[in-house]
Amino acid sequence: MKILVPVKRVIDYNVKVRVKPDNSGVELANVKMAMNPFDEIAVEQALRIKEASHAEEVIAISIGPQESQDTIRTALAMGADRGILVKTEHDIEPLAVAKILKSIVEKENPELVILGKQAIDDDCNQTGQMLSAFLNWPQTTFVSNLELKDKNLLSVREVDGGLEHMECSLPAIVTVDLRLNEPRYASLPNIMKAKRKPLEEISPSDLGVDTSKRLEVLKVEDPPSREAGMILGSVDELVDKLKNEAKVI
Amino acid sequence: MSILIIAEHDNQNLSAATLNTVTAASDIGKEINVLVVGHNCSNVSKQCSQIPNVKSILEANSEEYKNFVAENVSKLIIDLSKDYSHILAPSSTTGKNIMPRVAALLDVMQISDIIKVVDDETFQRPIYAGNALSTVKSNDKIKIITVRSTAFEASENTGGSAEIKSINGSGDTDLSKFLKSELSSSERPELTSAKIVISGGRGMQDGSNFGMLEKVADKLGAAVGASRAAVDAGFVPNDYQVGQTGKVVAPNLYIAVGISGAIQHLAGMKDSKVIVAINKDEDAPIFQVADYGVVTDLFDAVPELDSKIN
Repeated sequence: MKILVPVKRVIDYNVKVRVKPDNSGVELANVKMAMNPFDEIAVEQALRIKEASHAEEVIAISIGPQESQDTIRTALAMGADRGILVKTEHDIEPLAVAKILKSIVEKENPELVILGKQAIDDDCNQTGQMLSAFLNWPQTTFVSNLELKDKNLLSVREVDGGLEHMECSLPAIVTVDLRLNEPRYASLPNIMKAKRKPLEEISPSDLGVDTSKRLEVLKVEDPPSREAGMILGSVDELVDKLKNEAKVI
Repeated sequence: MSILIIAEHDNQNLSAATLNTVTAASDIGKEINVLVVGHNCSNVSKQCSQIPNVKSILEANSEEYKNFVAENVSKLIIDLSKDYSHILAPSSTTGKNIMPRVAALLDVMQISDIIKVVDDETFQRPIYAGNALSTVKSNDKIKIITVRSTAFEASENTGGSAEIKSINGSGDTDLSKFLKSELSSSERPELTSAKIVISGGRGMQDGSNFGMLEKVADKLGAAVGASRAAVDAGFVPNDYQVGQTGKVVAPNLYIAVGISGAIQHLAGMKDSKVIVAINKDEDAPIFQVADYGVVTDLFDAVPELDSKIN
């Protein structure tokens, strides 16, 4: 079977994000970009399934500007077999992303789509669930353990109260949480090899998908900052402050 | 057109997050109805009917809703959606699982994790782990919204007298099968609604050392949390995690013990009213958000704190 893994190019998680002075968004120019960390976990899981001989091909897909091909190359260097870049000039919302993915699924016929549970830029946490709804495939979100038995998917989900065990049959949508695996680093020979792997480029209009925005961003601003606090000399002083100044205990 | 709130519960008791969601709905300012979807959940409907400001309760009581499987619950919500201008759910793992499906099938863009209602079509939400706040206006015909519960006060839960109507389910989609859950049981308050939270990080060194924090928590009536580093190291289960990818908390008092203060952790607790940091590294970023910091070895400070509070 084939596995499709969408990967998003986002600001590197180590970079301090800065709001633009005109409040139109955050500064992306000259900022280090990287693959969304949850998507790295998704790629790793797809590769492990392939290495366990449950899949023949792993396809990495990214939707975004030309530079998103770097993100696809990263996935290829990790071990994905080929890439698809859906090139867009403006950033697009999860609803349109899910529509694009749906039409690619219909073309490529994968039996499994593994996605990160959310992107660390917009923090929406929607795409996997939306894709599942569009395809009418089962969804298992926030997965921390995944096992494939014949055509059955056994998974453990991280939920607010603890863990949940789920079962569904393929084809299916999985969104992954942090503790599913530790993504591998790409070796230098594999980075070189990735440059020769096939990378197809298409546009949303090739797929007949309308990517117009539904949410209008009126303003992006800094969160309120906290007043600097004080360093205390002892636990006694702390207990005193909590009781008599902050009055919280 | 009115508002529908998807109640969060365990078939027995209504979760506190639903009350915060009612406040968000009140800020939008239309008639509020609550959907209680579950199995043998009439007790929850009764609790919801006590919430002032709620007009009516729709109860869908059926076996296929027992474990809140997203495919089944979203189908029901879509069947009900035509009567509403806004559908809201708490931004819990349940709400996050269900609501994007509803949005997709209605062909609208969900507004995730709102922290403020500007008007009935404009909302504020955090992006980049709360390092920026985005104000967005939805032009969609129906607004599908998840609500960050810590950003809204809880509404009252007594004094109301909403009518309870029983409605039919939409059937089992047979897409996903729930096998079992492993829920953590604790006598302590729930992390996201506790007034005081004490959390441990990598500095705790070992899961057994969380016993020290639990003793303090029990004296203060606090919940115990952890940083991602502590969860990844296997000190405590995943549901302890406070942070961007775990739980977002905003208690009156947050005590961070042996936590350095990575951005992803700060995103989950920086809206707490009073923050205390105990860490032996004076350069730890946690001190930049703390109201009170003590630079010391936690293995001395926590037992001392335990002995000095009563």
